[in-house]
Amino acid sequence: MSKRGWREIPIAGIPFLKSTEYHTGDWKVFRPVIDGEKCIKCGNCWVFCPDSAIEWDGDSVPEPNYDYCKGCGICAEECPVNAIEMVR
Amino acid sequence: MQKVVKQRMMALNGDEAVAWAVKQSDVDVVSAYPITPQTIIVERISDFVHEGEVDLEFIKVESEHSALSACVGAAAAGARAFTATAANGLQLMFEILYITASLRMPVVMAVVNRAPSGPINIHCDHNDSMGARDAGWIQIYCEDAQEAYDSTIQAFKISEDPEVLLPTMVTLDGFLISHTLQNVSLLPEEVVHEFLGTRKVQRIKVPEIFGDKEVPLMLNPKYPLTFGPLDLFDYYFEHKRQQIEAMERAYKVIERVHKEYAEISGRSYGNGFIEPYKTDDADVVVVGLGSTMGTAKAVVDELRGEGKKVGSIRIRVFRPFPRELLRKVLSEFDAVGVLDRGISFGHFGQVYSDLCAALYGAKDAPMMIDFVYGLGGRDMPQKLLKKIFEEVLEAKVKGPEPVFRIRGVR
Amino acid sequence: MAKGFVPNIKQLPKFMKEDPGILQGHRACAGCGCAIILRQIMMARRKPIVIANATGCMEVVTTIFPYTAWRTPWIHVAFENAAAVAAGIDAGRNKLQRAGRFSGDKDISVDYDVVALAGDGGTYDIGLQALSGALERWHNFMYVLYDNEAYMNTGIQRSGGTPFGAWTTTTPVGKKIKGKPLTKKPIVDIVVAHRIPYAATVSPAYWVDALKKFRKGFETEGPAFIHAYGVCPRGWRTDTKDTIKLSKLAVETCFFPLYEVINSEWYLTGPSLTIAKNPDRKKPVEEYLKLQGRFRHMMLPENKWMVEKFQELVDENWEIILKRAKNV
Repeated sequence: MSKRGWREIPIAGIPFLKSTEYHTGDWKVFRPVIDGEKCIKCGNCWVFCPDSAIEWDGDSVPEPNYDYCKGCGICAEECPVNAIEMVR
Repeated sequence: MQKVVKQRMMALNGDEAVAWAVKQSDVDVVSAYPITPQTIIVERISDFVHEGEVDLEFIKVESEHSALSACVGAAAAGARAFTATAANGLQLMFEILYITASLRMPVVMAVVNRAPSGPINIHCDHNDSMGARDAGWIQIYCEDAQEAYDSTIQAFKISEDPEVLLPTMVTLDGFLISHTLQNVSLLPEEVVHEFLGTRKVQRIKVPEIFGDKEVPLMLNPKYPLTFGPLDLFDYYFEHKRQQIEAMERAYKVIERVHKEYAEISGRSYGNGFIEPYKTDDADVVVVGLGSTMGTAKAVVDELRGEGKKVGSIRIRVFRPFPRELLRKVLSEFDAVGVLDRGISFGHFGQVYSDLCAALYGAKDAPMMIDFVYGLGGRDMPQKLLKKIFEEVLEAKVKGPEPVFRIRGVR
Repeated sequence: MAKGFVPNIKQLPKFMKEDPGILQGHRACAGCGCAIILRQIMMARRKPIVIANATGCMEVVTTIFPYTAWRTPWIHVAFENAAAVAAGIDAGRNKLQRAGRFSGDKDISVDYDVVALAGDGGTYDIGLQALSGALERWHNFMYVLYDNEAYMNTGIQRSGGTPFGAWTTTTPVGKKIKGKPLTKKPIVDIVVAHRIPYAATVSPAYWVDALKKFRKGFETEGPAFIHAYGVCPRGWRTDTKDTIKLSKLAVETCFFPLYEVINSEWYLTGPSLTIAKNPDRKKPVEEYLKLQGRFRHMMLPENKWMVEKFQELVDENWEIILKRAKNV
């Protein structure tokens, strides 16, 4: 995407794209994989993810969004039933 | 053509005149910190608020830095915001001056010109607001209390114009204007309300986030915008380019607002940018800012009485600098004396350097001499100003050297 | 919902999906504790919020132009003035509400809670004056301090919030001086001295406790202050996966006790209250220190005194809080 000129961007320095268009997923080395069998749907992984990268509706098994997950491993560490494994 | 409205005359000093303008201008938030010689402004506004004569939020902040910061917050929230300061107070705001302009917040500020420390001084010179001339604010320098009143009202209209959206500084000379009583004509409040209206909010498009919707440029949960992001080398320059453009657009708006205001008030200041006095057949003129140019009119009259063809030109708007206009107007004369109540140490006074840049390469450019005067409130008596005019007349014959002259110092 | 706000883990995901406040794709470092705090603030909203953010990590990582991670109105002006900007927003909102301005405009709402957000540098140090002024003037806003205990944004320089002994790039571990020789400024004491109606500490590990406190902050009439503990894996030299573990240990060791100060009365909350009642549950601070590279030098035998001194400081602070707490 070519960068826009001064006439084509909003004034006052207002950002014009959502951060969701920027994928931080390629930062990671390890990615979390959730074992749906073990998961007790406690929500720890969802509530502690710094990047809102665990997507969850409150009922089903949460799903990591690898476009944004940076691979920090908090979810795996905080899972009370070891249902999350960090894999390369 | 509107009819000039009937006005009430009040004996006010310059600070009070500004406070009255604020009272009448539907200002939503005032955020200010007291500093001599601006204090009367905050005192009068406090009186108005505490007497229930105006409905505005007056944030009595703990510093000038917070004063302007709160104005930015208020303006971003969609309010009309005003502050006032001087010298060291303006310097404490320095960081936020640039940010106010870059966030395109139409804040209006009265700067009661005072010499910056040190040593500490409370009297007039222009080094305070001159130090802020590159911050991205419109600057209007007033000659007297009446003009301070008129310009403050105009400033809101200029700043909030969608073509502009830049903050404006209205300056008045410390003590010389701020504390000097004058008969000031006040417009009826409803006329000011009609002239300004309440603060409107510009709408912008952010298609990738809000589609075709034009969304209000403010802090608004309905259409949440982000103000003040981290802006690195890939877009910062484009945002500065927009500010350059806004200043260019401000010329037309300043002119229009000045004209519209003249129609209802019956008062105008030259064409809004410069105010020439007896320049039509003049050979030499003296150019300057502020209250000194009132004295200059008297000196022009005196010298005219002696048969000398002199005139004076007061620059009212210093940013955006009326460079095309001055280039054209000053090229009519043989010699120009520039009065600078400020100095850029290691160079000239600020008015002189800006004028030289504006006139560079002009076919009939006059010789120009810089006269630095009046620092720290040092008086500029009529006698001294007359001598300066005479020096310019003499330069016409003998040449301009030296072009840098300091007058009124021992 | 106002008084009895009980965060519900089954309902919060729906609320956040509908109105996340902050989006994915921000560029906080992996494992950032402060980014967790931002999400928890969002989870606790009772109505829309407007944020005035000081310069710092959270400002930078969420708004690298042309991107923004915010789906809530947000403004950053400078480093030292988050409280002053919030004060201006509060004043503007009050006037606009009172005047009914924009009430006929369906595109605009002036009904929101105001939040000032700043790091330790923007709070303990350069922003303290603006904070004090805004508290004294009794603005209706919640100030959230996310404390990662150093100037992380500029590359790990010490601040008034850096604890004793910690390595930073301006308190290096040298032959003569090892880490920060001074202690952490008691910021909540300073804030509470303004006799504001509500102040509290939160650790993101105890998220129910945190959400309740954020909500109370929103509901407070007048100024509220939340001191949030924010692990910085990059600056603390900790494993990114340990962020929540550390956020627990800080509380379990009483290095960062959880409490509320309501109208100048102190109340311990959550695990800190449990420890106060069962002192044997208080863990030695070494357990907390040893997981962090910034304290690595203190683990050497010749620097053992530093761990002891750190423990003394923790104990001293804990005793002070125990004496103050009304519910112990």
